[in-house]
Amino acid sequence: MKNEAVKVIKAKKKYILEQWFQNQLENDGLREDLITNEDQRIQSEELLNSLTASISDNNFDNFQSRDFEKVEEILSGIAIARARRGFSPRETGAYVFSLKTALLKTLSEEISDPKVLYTESMRINSLLDNFSIITFETFIKGREDVILRQTDEITEISTPVIKVWDGILALPIIGTLDSSRTQVVMENLLQEIVETGSSIAILDISGVPAIDTLVAQHLIKTVSATRLMGAECIISGIRPEIAQTVVHLGIDLSEIVTKATLASALKMAFGMIELEVRKKATPKVL
Amino acid sequence: MIVTLSKDSIKITREQDTIFLRNRVKEWATKIGMGLVNQTKLITAASELVRNMLKYAGGGTVDIEIVSKGRENGVKLIFSDKGPGIKDINLAMRDGYTTGRSLGLGLPGTRRLVSEFEIQSVVDEGTTISIIKWKNG
Repeated sequence: MKNEAVKVIKAKKKYILEQWFQNQLENDGLREDLITNEDQRIQSEELLNSLTASISDNNFDNFQSRDFEKVEEILSGIAIARARRGFSPRETGAYVFSLKTALLKTLSEEISDPKVLYTESMRINSLLDNFSIITFETFIKGREDVILRQTDEITEISTPVIKVWDGILALPIIGTLDSSRTQVVMENLLQEIVETGSSIAILDISGVPAIDTLVAQHLIKTVSATRLMGAECIISGIRPEIAQTVVHLGIDLSEIVTKATLASALKMAFGMIELEVRKKATPKVL
Repeated sequence: MIVTLSKDSIKITREQDTIFLRNRVKEWATKIGMGLVNQTKLITAASELVRNMLKYAGGGTVDIEIVSKGRENGVKLIFSDKGPGIKDINLAMRDGYTTGRSLGLGLPGTRRLVSEFEIQSVVDEGTTISIIKWKNG
């Protein structure tokens, strides 16, 4: 039996494209802020062309057929591009579904026998449903890529070493300290100690949410390395709840100079390099 | 008698999952009105155990439950993995003992941080640790 739908689709390609574009307009699927009408038209045409080129009597039932690889490739490309550009899932879904509506409408206009129309419509349905699934899968994958990239960017935000005074460095640590982060922190700090010839480093951990044994171990290592460089290390920003937790865990930090606030650490550092910070004496008014 | 009020499960496969777990634990602890000190203790305990799980077993699952006993509410965490297991639990619970070049305070320290601590381990099958921190415990 010759497949009616395939014939219709191949013959009415132009008409389907018009219908599809019309549907997209009605669905508000066009986001002119994200993609120009012209681009979307080219995209749609490319997709439809490859669909009509690959569809045939033999593979019409079998959407796993290798003939559709090209279509799937184009679809994935569109979905990923949309995910990156910030289209919503609804808009991306509507894009594929509006093609289905256009195809079904064309079929219903061209095929008069209800029985044939029904079977052909069902086939189109399952074929395009499969395309929709592919679109969603790649769309989500595209979004996940964005998230993964952002995660990388966040972890890459290097911890800055700040020179607060001649000979005093401060290093505010924000977020979780893991092995790779500690490595970066330690390298930056040691490098900066050499470059500035500083003798005191203040490690501020106000922004570290919790200190467990691994974080403590990293801190101890950093302090030891700083001492080997001939500089003294003060850890500041220990909150009351962190202090209690560290004691319960049984971590021994008594070897390390610790302070509750950055201000008191700085004050202590001033004392160590024999500096005095005073309020300027105001001349007495007679 | 301990009654479970609500339940959630988190899969741990990567180091980044520990941050997600910590945030969830914090969320649940805040929900039952746990104080800041106990919250921090619970979160530290959780991050300690989840690190062990990642390091020795390569991952696993954590079940979070809100439990209640009499008038007291608490957060219960169950860490289960299918790792190599612990040969000698008594030794592992001792301060300063480690097989992995760490401080050796993770397990014993965690026990001190929480209200209830239970460990079961079968060599080559896996380890299950369940901890409870009562709101005022």
